[in-house]
Amino acid sequence: MSLSTDDVRHVARLARLALSDQEVESLRGELSEILAYADKVSEVAAADVPPTSHAYPLRNVLRADEPRPSLPQQEAIATAPQAEDGRFRVPKIVGDE
Amino acid sequence: MHPLVTKDATELRQLIAAREVSAVEVAQAHLDRIHTTEPHVSAFIRSLDQSALDSARAVDQRLAAGHDVGPLAGIPVAVKDVLCTRGVETTCGSRMLEHYRPPYDATVVRRLREADAVIVGKTNMDEFAMGSSCENSAFFPTRNPWDLGRVPGGSSGGSAAAVAAGQAPIAIGTDTGGSIRLPAAFCGLVGVKPTYGLVSRYGLIAFASSLDQAGPMTRSVRDAALTLAVIAGHDPCDTTSIPEAVPDLATDLERGVEGLRIGVVSEYLANGLADGVRLRVTEAIERLGKLGADIVEASLPHAAYGINAYYLIAPSECSSNLSRYDGVRYGLRTDGATTEVMMAATRAAGFGAEVKRRIMIGTYALSAGYYDAYYVAAQRVRTLIIRDFEQAFATCDVLVGPMTPTTAFGLGDKVDDPLAMYLNDVYGVPASLGGMPALSVPAGLDDDGLPVGLQVMAPLLGEAVLLRVARALERDLALDPWPRGADSLAEVAA
Repeated sequence: MSLSTDDVRHVARLARLALSDQEVESLRGELSEILAYADKVSEVAAADVPPTSHAYPLRNVLRADEPRPSLPQQEAIATAPQAEDGRFRVPKIVGDE
Repeated sequence: MHPLVTKDATELRQLIAAREVSAVEVAQAHLDRIHTTEPHVSAFIRSLDQSALDSARAVDQRLAAGHDVGPLAGIPVAVKDVLCTRGVETTCGSRMLEHYRPPYDATVVRRLREADAVIVGKTNMDEFAMGSSCENSAFFPTRNPWDLGRVPGGSSGGSAAAVAAGQAPIAIGTDTGGSIRLPAAFCGLVGVKPTYGLVSRYGLIAFASSLDQAGPMTRSVRDAALTLAVIAGHDPCDTTSIPEAVPDLATDLERGVEGLRIGVVSEYLANGLADGVRLRVTEAIERLGKLGADIVEASLPHAAYGINAYYLIAPSECSSNLSRYDGVRYGLRTDGATTEVMMAATRAAGFGAEVKRRIMIGTYALSAGYYDAYYVAAQRVRTLIIRDFEQAFATCDVLVGPMTPTTAFGLGDKVDDPLAMYLNDVYGVPASLGGMPALSVPAGLDDDGLPVGLQVMAPLLGEAVLLRVARALERDLALDPWPRGADSLAEVAA
């Protein structure tokens, strides 16, 4: 398993991480090594073994659909880096590729 | 050391309830200890002197008025900075959340407050709980009170160091692949990772949601039982919270191990274990045998693949969970001309190297074309490990082995080698993947005078037998819980 710098840049874009050239280069080596190590799971992960996503046997946890108090808008927005008129404020989205 | 900081919570609670000492005296003694030892240990990101004294005063007033108080009334508790505290900065060890003040308490924190505990501060940790040494904190590393040149373990390193240094009798840690148990082992403490779902994750800042679990770190087994009984229990705010009743942890605690079938995991005693650890672990197992337990051989044949599976599953869940740090709703924002540029710049500035590494691994493992080969394959291994445990628990009440391959290592020794750092978790991750409860209990010191932890693992909701085994060993070994020179930590600062 060996990643190219293009692979690393592609994954960084998916993860919304702006990486320096130096970070791309060091991550290329580290990710290649870690993924090669992790890939040992393929030695034993036969297709007839079902995957487990959750260790405790709980199924379909439901609750009554009843209104109840929740975090007030003012408090929810108080932690935002930028807010305006009770909304989260972000740079322009329209025009983003 | 002030006599009040040398006592465990169970004893303090009796003294406070009998009004032989006040909760304020207890809180002040621990706050003083924090301030004299912090220059050496750096266990806390933030101590909460004023609110701690206010809580202690409220306990004293209620006792003076003859009112009932909770099971942790007046007991100082240190809380890992991954658990949300209303109105108090909760950083998760990250620049991303350096100034984040949550609008609500985590359920664990709420339960501590309802039990009348006195929260003395928020403890240091590896950023977003990713690390095994506490060196990945964005702020500063924490040092091991047993040897200030060594790490306390991680990710709950601040919590471990706080309890080992006498800054609090109880700390809350969280464990995703060993992050309570490993630092407990490195710092000579009892550290319990409960059954997945026994303790609510509401307000526990998510790293890997199918694995994260909060639990106690203490100097005595009875304190661990006391604390776990307070923080455990069903919570409708966490859909993975177990609806069944919390196991009774008190009744059988002193019952001993006679007749228990204790399985020694042969794979855990194979290659790669330091001699000093092997020696103490083997001796501890022999002690349990002499105390009447039936010591049998056990096997977890797929445990060796646990670390491989873990380093796919945990980063995958991390990459999904940490996508919420987008500079929009909370935390850091770095400006950018467009929203995407702003997000990518914010995440570049807010996350440290290890967090970026895991986000990248996880994003890769979940991306188109690799999902089946990595994430699903790792989940199949998870099934194999669970089957191993089921088979082992068919003939054993508990399983035992070492908690860590080595004792505490030096600061800086492994920071430049991510894979070497990951391998510290080799004995911790199988129980995490299986969801079963596991703990580390002190088994003595190696030749360097550093603590060794014995790991005990039990079936789902087997906390009572887990603590019972730990208590039997604790009673038999009667180890000194204090590092040599624990006093001098304070004297040097004075």
